[in-house]
Amino acid sequence: MPDIVRDMWDYLTSDAAWTGNRGLPALTWAHVKLSLVAVVVAGVLAIPPAVVLGHVRRGALLAVSVVNLGRAIPTFAIIVLIFPFSLRWGFGLGYWPTLIALVFLSIPPIFINTYTGVREAPADALEAARGMGMRGHQIVREVEVPVAWPLIITGLRISAVQVVATATLGALVGYRNLGTPIVQGFTQTNKGPLLAAAIAVVLLALLTDAVFAWAERRLVPWRRPAGRQADVTITAPQAATA
Amino acid sequence: MSGLGRVLAAEPLVDWSWVGDHTDDIWANFWEHLQLTALAVGIGFVIALAMALIAVRWRAAYGPLAAFCAALYSVPSLALFAILLPFVGLGFDNALIALTGYTLLILLRNIVTGLDGVPPAVREAADGMGYERWRRVLRVDLPLATPGIVAGLRIATVTAIGLVTVTALVGEGGFGRFINDGLSRQFSTPIVLGAVLSVALAIACDVMFVLLERLLVPWARVGAPGDPGRRHLVRWSWHRRTADA
Repeated sequence: MPDIVRDMWDYLTSDAAWTGNRGLPALTWAHVKLSLVAVVVAGVLAIPPAVVLGHVRRGALLAVSVVNLGRAIPTFAIIVLIFPFSLRWGFGLGYWPTLIALVFLSIPPIFINTYTGVREAPADALEAARGMGMRGHQIVREVEVPVAWPLIITGLRISAVQVVATATLGALVGYRNLGTPIVQGFTQTNKGPLLAAAIAVVLLALLTDAVFAWAERRLVPWRRPAGRQADVTITAPQAATA
Repeated sequence: MSGLGRVLAAEPLVDWSWVGDHTDDIWANFWEHLQLTALAVGIGFVIALAMALIAVRWRAAYGPLAAFCAALYSVPSLALFAILLPFVGLGFDNALIALTGYTLLILLRNIVTGLDGVPPAVREAADGMGYERWRRVLRVDLPLATPGIVAGLRIATVTAIGLVTVTALVGEGGFGRFINDGLSRQFSTPIVLGAVLSVALAIACDVMFVLLERLLVPWARVGAPGDPGRRHLVRWSWHRRTADA
């Protein structure tokens, strides 16, 4: 055990760890960039339909199916399944198969949380809005979406943490990120880079969670009703929702 | 790496004769996949149940226990294998410990939520009938918490099946062995085979647990389809309404 720690120390104090496109900063940036794009794309794809379905109060079965399917399909399997197709259709190695799989992975939590938040907007608030003469799209914009914000951000947070964790697997199909030293390290004698990268990934996941927790507090100064959150954590207990 | 790209792109996606030649491997990997999953969920369940009982008895313990499990859950699988490496090396122990760790949060939350869902009136009735504390927990609370517990087992099992595939990197892996083999030999047939079989196994187990749930708790078939949590809630609110009436 001390051996591996010494290996890590040697690695961390060498130039190789900090410079070039194989250094930890470059790998971390590649990791963050991919995760960010994946969550943004998933948000753009998932939030509008979820808002519309939640507004018209239809599609509960669809919402439940999306969550169950997202849970049942292993991400690793998706990455490697997309991989051969990606090569065939000229999208190449690494980036695209990983990105597509990560988008699939992050749609369910964002979708279900947005849907639940909009659908369960308090009846008296809706009634008041209608009484003030608001029309459908105004109700969506000024009542339902603001009320759903806490849940939407929670959905983004669950997705983002999962995406950061799973992006590591992109290393297996040739996307160079923090997973690369881990994957290579399993078959190498010098386990220093492996341990350093593993710790970096854990820190990155925790940091992502912390950033969203902070955003949640900043953007949603009022407190989140406890009951509604419980409903979501039962159906999708997928990540740390402190 | 570009060599890998060219080779994979040139050959047919699935070479069926290779699949036919490897039925023995398919069986062996299938059993390994099931074994690792069952062991991880089984051990995870025993640990989570113990934690849940502690949390029910001493409520203050629930927060720290849940936080510990949540922290464990948020560690990426590859990183967890790597961090366990200095302690247990590569192989079975490494895979099993990591897999078990991931089931804890799901199981703990569902067992505690299930136990919390037991209506106070039922508890009081049991106490009034002279049940001692732990006998009541075993004979009344736990059976009534079954829907939540089975839902937890279902999610934990499906999660574990997906993660077993990744354990191929530490030398285990069930169907993941095919994927690893295909990636290292630049051969798409085992990649597709391993991925498709692990997805199929996950979906099959998911469906199996839905059926098991119906079998175990036939009275709970109220509320939104396919949603154990919701069903659970609806069931108890229905109970309360009839009790009030």
